Amino acid sequence: MTSAAQTQTRQLEHYLGSFAEFSKRAVGHSLPWLRTLRENALERFCQVGFPTTRDEDWRFTNISAIAEMPFRFSSEPVRISTRDLDPWQMEAAACRLVFVNGHFSAELSTLPNLPAGVHVSSLAKQIAEKPAEIEHQLGAYLDTERDAFCALNTAFAEDGAYIHIARGVVLSEPIQLLFLSAAIGGPLMTHPRNLIVAEEESQAAIIEDYVSLNGSTAAALSNTVTELVARDNAVVSHYLIEREDARAFNVSTLRIQQGRSTNVASHSLLIGGAIVRNNVHPVLAGEGGECLINGLFIGNGRQHLDNYMYVEHAKPHCGSRQFYNGILDGHGHGVFHGRIIVHKDAQKTDAKQTNRNLLLSDNAQIDTKPQLEIYADDVKCTHGATIGQIEEGALFYLRSRGIDELSARKLLLLAFASECLDRMKEQPARAFAQELINDCLFEVSKRRDDAAPAQGTDHGRRWKEVG
Amino acid sequence: MSLLEIKNLRAEVDGHEILRGVNLIVNPGEVHSIMGPNGSGKSTLAQVLSRHETYNVTAGEVLFNGKDLLAMKPEEAACEGVFMAFQYPVEIPGIGNTYFLRSALNAIRKYRGQDEIDAMDFLPMFREKLKLLEMDEKLMNRSLNEGFSGGEKKRNEILQLAVLEPTLAILDETDSGLDIDALRIVASGVNAMRDANRSFIVVTHYQRLLNYIVPDFVHVLVEGRIVRSGGPKLALELEEKGYGAIDLAQSVAQA
Amino acid sequence: MSSNTDAIRDFAQQEYKWGFITDVEEDRVPKGLNEDTIRLISAKKHEPEFMLEWRLRAYRHWESLEKAQAEPKWANVKYPPIHYQDIVYYSAPKRKPDLKNLNEVDPEILRTYEKLGIPLEEQKRLAGVAVDAVFDSVSVATTFKEKLAEIGVIFCPFSEAVQNHPELVQKYLGSVVPYSDNFFAALNAAVFTDGSFAYVPKGVRCPLELSTYFRINAASTGQFERTLIVADEGAYVSYLEGCTAPVRDENQLHAAVVELVALDNAQIKYSTVQNWYPGDKEGRGGIYNFVTKRGKCAGVNSKISWTQVETGSAITWKYPSCILQGDNSVGEFYSVALTNNRQQADTGTKMIHIGNNTRSTIVSKGISAGFGQNTYRGQVKILKNAKGARNYTQCDSLLIGDKCGAHTFPYIEVRNSTARMEHEASTSKIGEDQLFYLRQRGLKAEDAVSMIVNGFCKRVFRELPMEFAVEAQKLLSVSLEGSVG
Repeated sequence: MTSAAQTQTRQLEHYLGSFAEFSKRAVGHSLPWLRTLRENALERFCQVGFPTTRDEDWRFTNISAIAEMPFRFSSEPVRISTRDLDPWQMEAAACRLVFVNGHFSAELSTLPNLPAGVHVSSLAKQIAEKPAEIEHQLGAYLDTERDAFCALNTAFAEDGAYIHIARGVVLSEPIQLLFLSAAIGGPLMTHPRNLIVAEEESQAAIIEDYVSLNGSTAAALSNTVTELVARDNAVVSHYLIEREDARAFNVSTLRIQQGRSTNVASHSLLIGGAIVRNNVHPVLAGEGGECLINGLFIGNGRQHLDNYMYVEHAKPHCGSRQFYNGILDGHGHGVFHGRIIVHKDAQKTDAKQTNRNLLLSDNAQIDTKPQLEIYADDVKCTHGATIGQIEEGALFYLRSRGIDELSARKLLLLAFASECLDRMKEQPARAFAQELINDCLFEVSKRRDDAAPAQGTDHGRRWKEVG
Repeated sequence: MSLLEIKNLRAEVDGHEILRGVNLIVNPGEVHSIMGPNGSGKSTLAQVLSRHETYNVTAGEVLFNGKDLLAMKPEEAACEGVFMAFQYPVEIPGIGNTYFLRSALNAIRKYRGQDEIDAMDFLPMFREKLKLLEMDEKLMNRSLNEGFSGGEKKRNEILQLAVLEPTLAILDETDSGLDIDALRIVASGVNAMRDANRSFIVVTHYQRLLNYIVPDFVHVLVEGRIVRSGGPKLALELEEKGYGAIDLAQSVAQA
Repeated sequence: MSSNTDAIRDFAQQEYKWGFITDVEEDRVPKGLNEDTIRLISAKKHEPEFMLEWRLRAYRHWESLEKAQAEPKWANVKYPPIHYQDIVYYSAPKRKPDLKNLNEVDPEILRTYEKLGIPLEEQKRLAGVAVDAVFDSVSVATTFKEKLAEIGVIFCPFSEAVQNHPELVQKYLGSVVPYSDNFFAALNAAVFTDGSFAYVPKGVRCPLELSTYFRINAASTGQFERTLIVADEGAYVSYLEGCTAPVRDENQLHAAVVELVALDNAQIKYSTVQNWYPGDKEGRGGIYNFVTKRGKCAGVNSKISWTQVETGSAITWKYPSCILQGDNSVGEFYSVALTNNRQQADTGTKMIHIGNNTRSTIVSKGISAGFGQNTYRGQVKILKNAKGARNYTQCDSLLIGDKCGAHTFPYIEVRNSTARMEHEASTSKIGEDQLFYLRQRGLKAEDAVSMIVNGFCKRVFRELPMEFAVEAQKLLSVSLEGSVG
């Protein structure tokens, strides 16, 4: 047996052990359908194992650090006081669900009276009390075959948020889901699972916010799956904010199923974590659906931020817009892999993809790869990618007007980031994101030890992959 | 005289009959809503009235202001005063919104024997209408519908309606994909256009739009026929009971 | 069939209007190519020794390529083998016109140009445009030559420049496109017979548009012209070329070379409306347009801008390129290429960034109709020492009908990390939906079609000089044949 295979067997045994323990006492372990779902998913995970860079979908992201780390599955809740949450407050949310190491914490959450027709609870509670309501929804659209992390999440799916917006109900304030990882004493993994169902003509905004407890001592892996189902004519915005600490690993998958004439937006803001993989997979499965996929990733230090978009057009007259902006400093490594699949029946598809990147240091790196697979003949698909630096001319212009270099630099970065902010329709969420970006860019613009990129290294060569 | 008279209209596409005998009379100033499940023929009716050539009319008659609408080409119908707000407005690169709209307006004016309107006279009127739809003038310097969001496209349709001032406006699922704020803007744009001489046919799947554009009549189209007609209350009833109930009632009535 | 479809056909189905044949007596050399042919051509043109030497070197190079079967085959076009020994390499109207006196030009030829809308006679000349008329292998007339000479601008047939300005020719000939550049460039260097030469001296802004009108008339001949334009320090020149040919069943080879040189702070704007005979609906006949065009921004802050509208030729193979050598120099390429019926086009550009802060813009619009095949092939190369280089590429394809094809092959090589690259690409189909939308708003079907096509090309037409833009729009209308699928 080769040593690589031995390593893999050891990894899998570790997860099999955790699963054996988990499946005995997990919420809903006595429900046959849920049991089958979990067991099948684990089996699938064992078959495929963790992906490697030989896998086309992972060729720019090496996750061996995740695969090799012996993460513990956290079973008992950690004691956290509301004060610990202070740094992560968000104003103007309709309600806030707090999850500590993947488990819902009722005392930390704020669940005021919500309008009639808006149901927000923990998934564990839903499984325990009314499993029938979600039996045909949970895992209905997720592809556990293709993605090992999705399979792993499904095997360990137990808690997270369950949100149901009834037909015609409009919720104007966003729902905040705060996921706090507190890895104390050893590497810890959590597999939050969220299910959001927006019925016909309903309207809502959901914010998923990933943070680390100040004082965490080890690495945490958050391997999240969110299934978002938008029924005909529903309007839904989803926000993902990743701001965990520099040890954290975050793999999140947002699987969106869109009905007829739906309007769904996915906004991602990645500013934290060591290795982050952000999968967004909308399927436009009803005529006239529209999907906006908007993101900003800001990486420095040795951060690795990978955005993997998988946009499927299955029905005619749908539109998708992807806009991802990346800012990379230090040894930061960004990835944008934008895949668009237009199925045979999806005539009149209008798909657009734009990825813009700023490299602030000579050691920063970006890999951008559009991938268009078109099986219909009457479609419009465009893609564009840019890789550039802060424009010295613009910087000089601002400085010549009396603005100091640091402020000028920050101003230009903000302008670049604001393209993403402008696409966020929900004012409270936008304001929240704006503040986070401000703070983050201030940090980035401050460090100017390697101001001018030196000659020699050739990031531009990556551009070749943008065909 | 009625503005629009549809008598026993039958139409098919690729050999499939979609409209199976539609009868409808629209008088000046009236707002008619046509509701029905997906695939019932609502959009087909709208397309046939605006003279889309994909549909083959097999029987029936449509009079518009006493003229044979079915004999007209799309541009003739438009010049006669039929306007369609599309469910899926197309994008055309390189044609400026403002330029296009003025060309269309002048084509219609020319048809009617009126003088063409020049840019100087067009702009103030145009800006007025932009305000009505809460649209950014910058959008108008861009190409026709290009890069517009779904909501912006729908608003642009109503803007064109406001500029071209037709006598019959057909709104084909103008509410689909709109969030609540955009829906209000679109509706108020339409309401501002309502007067004693202008009629509307509002095609929609949902009752919600009709809270904002209150119709005089509601018709339910099922399998290519109008199976029930009534006042605005009918829409509420549909919302409550669903189209299934109507369908059933119809088959009982026919039995 | 719907009236939308009819509208597109009506809009398009007009015959090639420039397909008549002029009846003039010709002075031809026998078919075939060997060193004697070259010596004969050189002798007919009374060329100095250096020209003959250069031609012979080029010929020997070409011969070695031909023996090695090194005719380029990488382009995305298909055509039967060309028999180079079956081509007539020199054909000129017999009455050799005295270029100082238009009265001596064969009246048939004058009528030809008149018919093409390019009057050469004094009283009818196009205002603001100086025209060099090239008929088969030779230049037959150049207008406004004296007026231009007053400000030091040299604008004359290439053969005349060889006689009167040998030092300029010797200095710049082959300096941008050496004879060894490629198979067709070598062939051209060996046998080229005429073309236009322009030199704009230091600090002069050429007040007239310079223009060459190329006409292939004779049967079985190839046309091998060569154009050389030099803009000295701080000079500016705008140059236009137009091309037509009669309807003939056989394919004719056109292998031209264009060289541009821009010195410090100089600008050259080069516009082409190429309308060689495209062949008939079944693909019989038509010109093989295998052209090498390249400009060198040799000086700082210099700029070369290529704009082309390609509607003719059975096969087009051309890549007007820019070598951005001077710091801050700018290269531009704007192209509309239309292929209809059985036409094939493989066209694009190369932008070679050598100097610092060099910038290039590429806007390519391909329109495919009928069975037409349209390929964009573009290279952007940023060399290691080119700091702060920038490129913007936009590449759009419009498909009319479902039998045609559009292909895009971008090649990007970046060797410097300070480069900024932007790339956009799209493919779309002109559809019933777009037409119906415009018609529903009251526009006539034919107006709707031309609005859509012109809208698509707008970004390129904007770059053309006014008169040319109008002509290009018209040309596009008549070249479009096809129907919506």
